[in-house]
Amino acid sequence: MSKPSNTSLYMERQKRKRELTYYLVSFFMMLLLTGLSFAAVAMKGIEKHFTAFFIVTLAVIQVAFQLYYFMHLKDKNHGMPALFIYSGAFVAFITVLAFVSIVWIS
Amino acid sequence: MSKAENVETIPAHPETATLEGKNKFIGFWLFLGGETVLFGTLFATFLALRNKTNGGPAAHDLFSLSTVFAATVILLVSSLTSVFAVMAMRDRAVGKMQFWFLITVLLGIAFLVLEITEFKEYLHEHLGYSTSAFSSSFYTLVGTHGCHVLFGVLWISTITIQAFKKGITTVTAPKYYVASLYWHFIDVVWVFIFTVVYLLGIAGR
Amino acid sequence: MSVNAESLMQPNQKNGLFSWLKTWLTTVDHKKIAVLYLFGGGLFFLIGGIEAMLIRLQLTAPENHFLTGSAYNQVLTMHGTTMIFFVAMPMIFAFMNAVVPLQIGARDVAFPFVNALGFWLFFLGGIILNLSWFLGGAPEAGWTAYAPLSTEYLGRGMDFYVLGLQVAGAGTLMGGINFLVTIINMRAPGMTFMRMPLFTWTAFVTSALILFAFPALTVGLFEIFFDRLFGGNFFNATNGGNSIIFEHIFWIFGHPEVYILILPSFGILSEVISTFSKKRLFGYHSMVFATILIGFLAFMVWVHHMFTVGLGPIANTIFALATMAIAVPTGIKIFNWIFTMWGGQIRFTTANLYAVSFIPTFVMGGVTGVMLAIPAADFQFQDSYFVVAHFHYVIVGGVILGLFAGLYYWWPKMFGRCLNETLGKINFWFFFIGFHVTFFPQHFLGLMGMPRRYFTYLPGEHLTTLNVVSSIGAIGMAIGVITLVVNIVYTFVKGEKAEGDAWGTGRTLEWSIPSPAPEYNFAQTPLVKGIDTYWKEKMDGNKKVTAAEPLGDVHMPSPSIMPFLMSISLTIVSFGFIFSDKGVHRTVSFAVAGIGIAMMLGCMLVRSIKDDSGFHIHKEEIIETEKGMSK
Repeated sequence: MSKPSNTSLYMERQKRKRELTYYLVSFFMMLLLTGLSFAAVAMKGIEKHFTAFFIVTLAVIQVAFQLYYFMHLKDKNHGMPALFIYSGAFVAFITVLAFVSIVWIS
Repeated sequence: MSKAENVETIPAHPETATLEGKNKFIGFWLFLGGETVLFGTLFATFLALRNKTNGGPAAHDLFSLSTVFAATVILLVSSLTSVFAVMAMRDRAVGKMQFWFLITVLLGIAFLVLEITEFKEYLHEHLGYSTSAFSSSFYTLVGTHGCHVLFGVLWISTITIQAFKKGITTVTAPKYYVASLYWHFIDVVWVFIFTVVYLLGIAGR
Repeated sequence: MSVNAESLMQPNQKNGLFSWLKTWLTTVDHKKIAVLYLFGGGLFFLIGGIEAMLIRLQLTAPENHFLTGSAYNQVLTMHGTTMIFFVAMPMIFAFMNAVVPLQIGARDVAFPFVNALGFWLFFLGGIILNLSWFLGGAPEAGWTAYAPLSTEYLGRGMDFYVLGLQVAGAGTLMGGINFLVTIINMRAPGMTFMRMPLFTWTAFVTSALILFAFPALTVGLFEIFFDRLFGGNFFNATNGGNSIIFEHIFWIFGHPEVYILILPSFGILSEVISTFSKKRLFGYHSMVFATILIGFLAFMVWVHHMFTVGLGPIANTIFALATMAIAVPTGIKIFNWIFTMWGGQIRFTTANLYAVSFIPTFVMGGVTGVMLAIPAADFQFQDSYFVVAHFHYVIVGGVILGLFAGLYYWWPKMFGRCLNETLGKINFWFFFIGFHVTFFPQHFLGLMGMPRRYFTYLPGEHLTTLNVVSSIGAIGMAIGVITLVVNIVYTFVKGEKAEGDAWGTGRTLEWSIPSPAPEYNFAQTPLVKGIDTYWKEKMDGNKKVTAAEPLGDVHMPSPSIMPFLMSISLTIVSFGFIFSDKGVHRTVSFAVAGIGIAMMLGCMLVRSIKDDSGFHIHKEEIIETEKGMSK
């Protein structure tokens, strides 16, 4: 393995800095989304179905931040991981869908 | 091989520099795909049974927003600290990496303590494991997640201690990396738990 | 040391039994693990076969008293469970281990250690389940173990079922991940996805199905486990539980499971038919497409096992349509095999006989499948012998015929000797005719109203004749299987040595190396130039496949006893929980389970601390070995 040159080291550092910004922004976004969810539930008088829809949507967005930024799904060479995570999420989704619709006794 | 040499020669992404590393990386992601189905099935069971309280306490009688919020923030911060640990790993800073992993582990323990006290309180309020279908599915789903946290704490602790001796090499880097992936996944599951189990429970829908 | 007749049958004279045992207990070589899977699966096949014979014996006469009530239920349950989880699954893994790395030009699988762990978990899972016979009775809720029967009404046998399958299931999941990563990461240069042999493709899709289906089974088994041992209420209707949930979970796993079984057989067929037709596989791309489509649809159709539960006409209609849609990709495959044979120079070796006989047999099973997919008709067919006939046509007439084709086809590659063809043909004809005689009448028994899973029927119901015919057929199948065992023993003793390209018309990379494959598989990693790359090279007049690298040292993983110890730990955990019912003092059995868990964590810790640096096979050694091997 060859020694990395100075330019590539510099590029690498710049990339790290950018990455750090991404991480911090994602973190605060996730914190904000969490706060919004809790606030939506804490506030009285909002229609229940709307609250449910709202906070589940926020959860999905937050998980996307976690997956794409914290777990680097946005980086290259993550095609296979993405394929398999989405497949797993799909199977999980139809399972949940079945269990809230067709379990006979509700 | 001396440590100084390692620092110079390992590549920017030491976790996927070797075939073994790549295998671990892909293999672990696939495992997480399977875990998604595992938790999906547990969530599905919970959703089907969550209103079957059998005369026992229901979700909105028990859950308190503040405890859940504390647990959520703890886990979210620990997710960030494990990101910092991986950043330090890519900078070949062993000490820094160990520090951030240590914080992650401590936050994990804090989460577990919180969860155990919470479960104790529920037991006090007569929500035993066999009280109702709701209680069984609740304890199983949240407990399975808790077991994952416990395993993560043990796992990250052992590799962090080993880092004293082994440092950051193309052999160890994949281990640190997949451990942090695991930890993030725990937070992913928790996001759905606090939303679906706790918040929807408190909202009463 | 290579896998051949000598090393398998006789302990090395110099080192004795201990050394022989050590080799097999610690091996991480995928070719040896393939042999372990084959013989592990074979052992359970004989057990499951005996159980099948007992069932037929009981049903030969009306109001027979040979096996009644609980005894019959136990034999029936164990027959189904054994055949699905401990015969078909390991046989599939045997061929995946033996063939996939060779077909993609790899020296090993991605995780040799995990591979060994997967085998030992499967094997000890099977042992746990079968020990139930001697420790208070076998499980008796059918292989589906529907709640609340399995949770509230039956004894300790069900605990054996739950924990045996849990252990084996963990092993299967590991195996699935291992092969996915192997195929994703370890293909030789030039081996793109669209150049992979079809068996590798089916192994890939099957492994993906394992990855997404087995976690559902894990959850289902855990829920039974908690209901039984810790007073959970998942399926206890009195306390708010819902047993329909278990049916859903079981079939969300169970339907993909049957495709997990059949897809590798499709792959084997594609290899065998094209080799013995001396023609390229017809419609390679459509075959790949059909395989992926079947894999996707596998998760969309589980409710067709539950049409009569009462989920409503909308749910039944959606799932009926999805189920019928599966006939399309399957039909594509059937036609592709026929067109592959069309105009080919067909040789009817035993392997090809099995492969060709698969086609009409499986079509018959498929047709009854479409009949069962019609909900209105299913209300008449369900829980009758019509269903029994249907799934035996697809699982024996499909999966097992395919696996036997693979057995005869790859045996020379695995062991360096060809199975005897004369005995092979006797085996085939007895098994094939016996199969149809056994199961064809069962369609009519079902239509005449004979329910499945009952231990007897009455004399005046006109069911006797066909049941006798069915039992006679079972004898034919038994003779076929005994002939196979004789053939295997004969081959180990006197079998003909096989060449590298054992059939002379091999098309894929596994035939380009000596039989049996040397420990390092490929002296030099091959360069792949297209589909059927070895055939291409032969047509270009080359004796060997072009290499992608110069000859050099080969790195190998070290053998390890850890996988075996880990599996033993989980076995201890299982026995702790199995005996934790009221009969034994609970704290004692939980302590045993705790010790098992501690042992498991200890093993994992050791594995984490001790890095395996492996060892190298040197260049000179490789040259020496290559010279000595028959080509």
